[in-house]
Amino acid sequence: MPVVLEHLGKRFGDGAPVLDDVNATIAKGEFVALLGASGCGKSTLLNILAGLEQPTSGALEVPGDGAAFMFQDSALFPWLTARGNIELALQLADKNSGKRSSKAERSARASELLELVHLGGAGDKRPHELSGGMRQRVALARSLAQDRQLLLMDEPFAALDAITRDLLHDELERIWKETGRTIVFVTHNVREAVRLGQRVLLLSSRPGRVVAEWDVTEEHRTDAGQAGELTATITRRLREEIRRHAN
Amino acid sequence: MPTEQDVRPVTEPSEHITSPVLKGNPEDLRDLEAGLDKLQSDTQAKAGIDWSRVLLPIAALVVLILVWQFYVSLGLKRRDLVPGPLDVLGQMGVLWGEGKVQESVWTSLQRGLVGFLISVVVATPVGLILAQAAPLRRAFGPLISGLQVLPSVAWVPAAIIWFGLTDATVYFVVLMGAIPSIINGLISGVDQIPPQYRSVGKVLGANRLQMALQIVLPAALPGYIGGLKQGWAFSWRSLMAAEIIATGGSIGFGLGSLLDQGRLLSDMATVMSAILLILAVGILIELLVFGPIEKRLLQRRGLLAGGTR
Repeated sequence: MPVVLEHLGKRFGDGAPVLDDVNATIAKGEFVALLGASGCGKSTLLNILAGLEQPTSGALEVPGDGAAFMFQDSALFPWLTARGNIELALQLADKNSGKRSSKAERSARASELLELVHLGGAGDKRPHELSGGMRQRVALARSLAQDRQLLLMDEPFAALDAITRDLLHDELERIWKETGRTIVFVTHNVREAVRLGQRVLLLSSRPGRVVAEWDVTEEHRTDAGQAGELTATITRRLREEIRRHAN
Repeated sequence: MPTEQDVRPVTEPSEHITSPVLKGNPEDLRDLEAGLDKLQSDTQAKAGIDWSRVLLPIAALVVLILVWQFYVSLGLKRRDLVPGPLDVLGQMGVLWGEGKVQESVWTSLQRGLVGFLISVVVATPVGLILAQAAPLRRAFGPLISGLQVLPSVAWVPAAIIWFGLTDATVYFVVLMGAIPSIINGLISGVDQIPPQYRSVGKVLGANRLQMALQIVLPAALPGYIGGLKQGWAFSWRSLMAAEIIATGGSIGFGLGSLLDQGRLLSDMATVMSAILLILAVGILIELLVFGPIEKRLLQRRGLLAGGTR
C-alpha cells in the first residue's frame, strides 16, 4: 500500500507553517531518502506519517496498520534487556493485530530478529552495556518486530561515528532487501541519502515543501563517479535552498 | 580473519557504490560488526567486596563514640543528665533482660511496616492516576504537596479524638505521613521520564493501561523508589510521634512508648537507649532494604557510574 501526501500542511498554533503543500507518493517496497537542512520540518513530516501528530491541512494516505518508527536516539527502554525490548514490541504489536502469540513464540521471534541484525549473542545485555551502533541495531530490530510494511527512520545514524555509520548503511541495505519494507529515511547528509535511497526528495526550509526530486539509478550505484556527480548536484541545490534564507 | 574474499579482483562487476572488495559478503559484514562491537563496548571488571564501604562507616561510628565518651569524662554535666556510652549500653542490657527492647522494637517495626505497606497499596494507583490525568493533577496536586509539608504529628490530636487510644490512631497518623510522600515521589518520577519513551510506546501501539503499567511505571521506578524511601522515613517518624503522644489504652508498647517512659522516670539512659534503637532500626532498613534495591536498579540502568555512592 503506497503512501500518498496531497497538499499536506502543518502549523503549530498561530506560528508560521512548518510544512506547506507537501506532495509525494511512495510506492510499496521503495526506499526514499528525505533530505533537508535543519528546521525544514523533516521530523514533523515523519511524526505525521507515524500518526504522532495531525496535519492541519491536506490529505494523507498511509497503511491502515500504521508505521514502524526508528528514532535518532535509539530510545531503548533501559529497564529491559535488548531481547526484552524486542519482546515488548512483539507483545504490543500482537494486541494491535488481535492475534495472541505465546511467550515461547515471541522469544523465538526475538531471537530471529536479533540474529537478523547480527546481535545473536547480545540479547541479554542492557542498553547501557551496548555501543551506540549496537543500540541502533537493537532499535532497528525492535521496529522490525512491529511487522508493519512502512518503516520510518528519523536520522537513525546521525549520532554514530563514521565507521559504524558506514557499516550500518550496508546492514540497513541488506535488511531492506531481505524484508521488502517500504522505508522513508530522513537525513541531512547528502551522501547518506544517495548511498541508501532509490529516490531522494529535497525538502525546503520554512515552510517545508518538496522542491526537488532525484532518482538514484543502478548506474549511480555501480559507478562511483556518477554517484559523486549526483551528490554534487544535490548538494548545490540544497545550498541554493539554504542561501535563499540569507536575505 | 583473512579469507579468499579479500583478494577478489577489483574489476569484478558490482551492484553498489562501495566496492565489493571493501564491503565483502554478508559473512564478512558479520565479522566486521562483531569486531567493532567488541571494540566499542566496554568490558566491565567485576569488583570484589569494597572494604571501605564497611570499614569507613564503622570508623566514623567509633570516632563519634570516643568523642561522646571524652565529653562525658570532662565532667561538665551531671552523670545522670548526660550518661556515657557505657552507661547507655548497661541500661540497654537491663532493658533487654526485662524484654522491653524486644517488645518495643517488634511492636514498632510491625506497625511501621504494616502502615507503610498499606500506604504503598493506596498511594501507587493514586499517584499513577494523578500523574497520567492532567485535570486531576491540577486539582489535587497542591493539596498533596501541602499534606507532605504538614507534620503528620499534627494529626495525632484529631486521631485520638476520632479513634481513641487504639492502634487505629497510630495507623492513621502513619498513613497521613507516608501516603503523600509516596504519591509525590511517583509523580516526580513520572515527570522525569524522557518524553521519547511515551512516543516509542505510542508508536509500538500501547493502549492507556499498557502505557501506564509497561512503560510509565518502570520508567518512573527510580523516582518511585525514592518516594518509597521517603515514605518509609515519614511512616517511621510519624509512628514515633504518635507513640510518644498517645500512650496507654489498647495501644501496645512501642519504641516511642519506651522513650516516653524514660522521660516520665527522668531516666536519661533509657531515653538515650530508645533514641539509639529508633536510629538503628532506621539505618538497618535503609542498609538492608532500600540501599540494595536502589543500587541494583541504578546499576541495571547504567546510572551508577561516576557517583560517590
